[in-house]
This record gives sequence, structure tokens and C-alpha cells, in this order.
Amino acid sequence: MNIQQNTEAQRMSFWERLYLPEIVRGLSITFRQMFKPKFTRQYPEERWEPLGSYRGYPVLVLDEDGERCVACGLCSRVCPALAIEVQAGETEREKERYPVKFEINMLRCIYCGFCEEVCPEEAIVMSKGYELVFEDREAAIFSKEQLLVPIEQLQDRLEFLRRYK
Amino acid sequence: MPVITLDGHRLEVPAGKTIIEAAYENGLQIPHFCWHPALSVAGNCRMCLVEVGLPRRRPDGSLELDAEGQPLIAFLPKLQIACATPVADGMVVNTKSERAVQAQQAVMEFLLINHPLDCPICDEAGQCKLQEYAFRYSRRVSRFQEEKVHKPKRIIWGPGVIFDAERCILCSRCIRFANEIAKQPVLTFVERNDRVTIELYPGTEFDSPYSMNVIELCPVGALTSRDFRFQARVWEMSFTDSICPGCARGCNIRIGVHHNEILRLEPRRNLHVNQYWMCDEGRLTQYGFVNHNRVNGPQLRRTATGQLEPTTWEEAYEAVAAALRRYKPTEIAIIGSGRLTNEDAYAVVKFARTVLRTPHLDFPRRDDPYFGDDFLRCRDRNPNTVGVLEIGLKPAAGGLSLAELPEQVRYGSVRCLYIVEEDPAALSPELQQALEDAEMVIVHASNYSSTTAHAHIVLATTTYAELEGTYTNIQRRVQLLRPAVATKERPRFQGMAMSRWDKFGAWNDRWAHGPQRDCRQTWQHLREIARRLGTTWKWSRSEEVFQELAHEIPSFAGMTYELLEAYGGIVLGKGRSPDPVPPLRYESHVLKP
Repeated sequence: MNIQQNTEAQRMSFWERLYLPEIVRGLSITFRQMFKPKFTRQYPEERWEPLGSYRGYPVLVLDEDGERCVACGLCSRVCPALAIEVQAGETEREKERYPVKFEINMLRCIYCGFCEEVCPEEAIVMSKGYELVFEDREAAIFSKEQLLVPIEQLQDRLEFLRRYK
Repeated sequence: MPVITLDGHRLEVPAGKTIIEAAYENGLQIPHFCWHPALSVAGNCRMCLVEVGLPRRRPDGSLELDAEGQPLIAFLPKLQIACATPVADGMVVNTKSERAVQAQQAVMEFLLINHPLDCPICDEAGQCKLQEYAFRYSRRVSRFQEEKVHKPKRIIWGPGVIFDAERCILCSRCIRFANEIAKQPVLTFVERNDRVTIELYPGTEFDSPYSMNVIELCPVGALTSRDFRFQARVWEMSFTDSICPGCARGCNIRIGVHHNEILRLEPRRNLHVNQYWMCDEGRLTQYGFVNHNRVNGPQLRRTATGQLEPTTWEEAYEAVAAALRRYKPTEIAIIGSGRLTNEDAYAVVKFARTVLRTPHLDFPRRDDPYFGDDFLRCRDRNPNTVGVLEIGLKPAAGGLSLAELPEQVRYGSVRCLYIVEEDPAALSPELQQALEDAEMVIVHASNYSSTTAHAHIVLATTTYAELEGTYTNIQRRVQLLRPAVATKERPRFQGMAMSRWDKFGAWNDRWAHGPQRDCRQTWQHLREIARRLGTTWKWSRSEEVFQELAHEIPSFAGMTYELLEAYGGIVLGKGRSPDPVPPLRYESHVLKP
């Protein structure tokens, strides 16, 4: 269908139709921006440190006594994407259950944070990590050793959870 | 019969029953911990407190009526425990009135005071009575601020059972089970007050052949299985109703499967057969062979290497058919098994009579007098001896029995042995010699054994956990088995029980499927071989084999899989008038996902 009325060309004023003044106006905006503060950064040389409320990929908390996880399997049960697999085993420690295997498939993880919310031991938390690059699918499945993070690095998140969870 | 009103339901109950029995016989529920229908009444948990009232009567015995003509009810001043209060005519019972609810909440709060709340660690989580009642009947908050009483954990009671005193709510079910069912009275309460715990008598061990039943009996996670401990959460498993193949009793079991591997067997209620129990031997030894040492796919022994090597089904069936064509009917002997299902036994008998026409057909008995007892365990360790004999798996006229077979093999009058799901080499040195002497040994086997070591052709066969079929137990009751483990032939989505992971796992999840073996049921093998020998059998499912069997063999007449499932098994000859199912439908251990 050919639209003959109210076209772009008909709506333009005389000065707009002259073309050159509009070009100058546009370039002046561009030129002014060059002297304003920048919002972009030189990633990866400059990195962004998220706040405690940020939900990066989930990690396991490693405190003074070792891992907190008791392999209850609730994170695995609640995970909507079935990203988490836990296999429990028995230890001699006071909490007699521990994860023999704890795997998160980071290709499946949707960063919803349900695992963190359901965890009765505050053992799995969302980290600040947002850089996930894999060369193959197997590498995307993080083992327990890859997931364990010392508690000092997770203070922001734990503080956030204590306050708002 | 007395008529009572329970929460507004009018129930007719035989005199002498208690209120809680009346409720469970009519499909209603009353919260309880210590009551169990198979045990004596202890009445110590107080969870089943209910409001009980009786109609008010005048001195002459007539009922006092209110303005609307309904009898006036006089409620007893104190609540009564439903497990120890017998019903009476006109009785009114309220389990949901304000007073009853208050009592339930008080009992729950009381029980939870010293309960450690370590559900994340506890194996019982997901099928725990205390956990479930905490949601249904408790106030959901505790007012208890003080330190909980600490008691010993991880006490080994016996070869199968481990005890955690902190989680124990002192219902005494295990004590009563040990005294009344296991007949090994070694457990008792010790201490007083909040320090009460259960201990073994000094120098004793709870090692009764039925000891592990206390694991399901325990309403909390105080008693856990040393065999299963922490292997999987219950909600990660799928549960399939089946029959234990450990002896001729045919205890009803539930198979717990995780990632296509059996992790545990637990008893299932069947008041005609095993009530609520099973023996430890069955529980511990009847699943390992399903998970390990399996024959996967058909195997042919190559003359060049002398080794069994995998082949295709097509090639294997052709090899079997060619081998069978080479011998005269009387030169072939079939060794069946008491472990065959009725369907498979029927196929074997039909194969022997109509296809091979050999009279030599027998199966070894497994008689273990040390295994039998006067409760559940039978000295006949074959799960289907009765059914196999009923179907006619025995030497025909002029046929050789198993005892006569080795001699005839040595003389060369029997040259081909066809062994169906049996391991004769392990049974006697004579049979082992016969296997060595035979020219051709064809074996249907689920596991590698000393018999497959002599075999020329091995056809991989399902175990009891992978097939659909029926066993006939020592009481002549035909009972149904359902497949719990998926095979290449029968994927899990074709009607098997599924866990969340089975349902939603993708094909590329490395945990989603677990090992799936390439094996088939015996009647499927025989159908294929019979076709190559010129006889066509039109069976495509076990159920069709069973239909033909029920049609052909009079004692099975009238039976169908639906009826077997509905009635919890049917006794031979009663296909048209099965024994009614007892009304008390009680489960002490149920997964509530």
C-alpha cells in the first residue's frame, strides 16, 4: 500500500528540509558529549565490582571448619533448571553428612538464587562472579573444588542476606 | 455393630475396635506416632488425643434428645487417646475440634523441644512423620529458648541399624517390634524424664533377621539403615511396587531407584503375605546383582579367541536357531529356573513342547533349611517354584530330571544344554562337569556367573527389577512385579515410576539416565528364536503372555494384571473370586514429595 499523505517529507519544516542546519545541530550534540564524564569503562583492564545484592553464579562457602554444605539436596530439589547435582556421603565430623560430589552446570544455571534462599546452612550463596567462559560443555560443570570460596571473599553477600533475606 | 460419628463421618465399626482402627479402616486419619496396627498399643506419644463424647441417657436407658430430636452428647471432661479407646455405639469423636487441635499442637511442641531439627542431615526427611505433622498439626514456632538435651548419636545397634538418640521421640515402636515381631527382646527405655533414651541390654546386639524393619517403623530418623545411609534423598528416587525374589514367600517390596540404579528395597504392606515386614537378607542381598556384573547385550564365544564377544541380537538369535536345528529333540535339554516369572516359565514350557519337542525339561530346587523360619523366610529360595511347577516346567514322559542329566551328557546322548536364567555350574560339581561335557551351551543370563563361563551363546536377560511379570509364592498367591529399572528395550518414560530428575532431565545430562543395559525378557528371546525355527508367537507385552497363560492353565483362569494389582495378588484357582483386600490400609513410611 502506498501512503501518500502525512509522510515524513510532508511533516518536515522548511529549515529541516534545508538539511545542513540539522547536521550542524546534531554534530554539536556529539561534540558536547566529548567533554562530559564517561559511563563506560575499559573492560577487561578496568573491572566492575558489584554490590552485595548482585546475583552472580552460585558458590559454596568455605569457612574455618571447612565446607558448610551438608549435602541436604534442597538446592538440587529447588533448582528450576536442574543445574545442581549433589551426592552425599558420611563423615566423622559432628555434622555427619557432607557432599562427596557437588556439581553445578553453569550452562543451566539461571542465577535465580533459589538455591541460596532454600539453603538451611547458608552454605551456597550467589557470588559476584559474572565472568563465565567455557571452551566446552564439560568445562561448564563446576566441581565442588571449583565452587568452594573462602568465606572472607563472600562477606558482602552474607551481610546482605543477613539484612534482607 | 456400633455406629460412631468421627468428624461428622458416620462409621459402622465392629465392637472391640479402637477409634484409630475405625478411622484407618475407613480411610480417615488420626495423627499418631506410637500406634501401629501390627504392634501392641502403648499409648505413650499422646498425639492421637481426641475429643470423645457419648449420648446422654436417662436412668431408664433411653436417649436424651435435644429440641431437634438429635441425641445430646456428653463429652468426656478430658481428651482420650484414640489408639486405646474402644468404640461404643453412638460415640462421637472429634479430631478437629478446638480442644483436640490444642492438644495436638501442645504434643507437637513438646516433642520438638528436644528434637535436634537436623532435617538437612537426616535420611528420614521427606518421609518423616514428625516433619509432616510439624506442618499439619503444630503451631510452627517454638517457645523453647533453653539448650536442648544432647544425647548420644550414631550408636550401632546391630549389623543393619544405627541409632541416633537425639532424634528419637520415644514412641517405643522399635522396642515393641523387637519384643513382639522379631522376638528378640533386647531393647529398653533407660533413664528418666527428658533424659530417657533407648538402649540395648548390655552385651546384646539387635541382629534379628528382621531387625531392619524398625527403620521404616521409626516415625522419625532415629533409626537409619547402615546400608543405605546418605545415598540419596527420598525425593530424588522413584519407587516401584514389586516382589522380593529372595525366597518363596514373595514379600511385597518397594524398589527405590536413583539414576537407574537400585539403592534400597523396603517392605510394602500386604496383609495376606508379609504384613508390613521383610527380612534383612532380602533387603540387603536382592538388589546388588541388578546393579553390578551385568551381561550387556548378546554375547557369542568366538572360536578364534575362545572369548565371549558382544554381537548383535540378530546374529545371536540366528546362532541359537542354527545350533538348535543341528540337534535331535532328545539331544537338547532345557534347564529352567525357579526364578522365572510365570510368563517366562510359560514361554519356556511352550518352547520345549511345541518348538523343540524335547522331553528334557527341569529346574533346580534351592532348598536352604538354614534360611527358613516360622515367620516370613522360606527354606525354598526360589521365588516362583509353585508357579513354575503349576505351568508344567518339569520333565515330560521319558524326560530326564536334573539329577539324571549329567550322566546322559557324559554319554553323549544329550549334547546341547539350554539354560534359562539359572546358574547350574554353581549348584553342583556334576552339573558343572555336564556344562563342560556338553557340545553346545546356550544361556539366558542377567549376570556373569560360572555358567556363562561355559556358555557358547549368552543372551542378556532382565533381572526381576527390569521386567513385568508375576511370581507365585509359597501360599500359591500370584503377585505382580512392575519394572523399576529402565533398559534399552524399555525406556523409563514408558510407564515407569519417575523422579523429578527422570522427568525433567535432558538427554545430555550426564546423570539423567544412568546405565541402561541392553537386555530382554526370556519370553522375548524365545519368541524370536521360535520365529526362526518356524513358529510365530504373537506376544508383544508380558501382559499378553499372561493372558494366554490365564486362558490355557485352569488355575490361573480369570486373572489379569489389573486384578492382581487391585487385590494384592490372587491365590491360584481363585481368579474369579479373589480374597477381599483387608480394610486396614496403613502405611508407616510414605514419601510425601
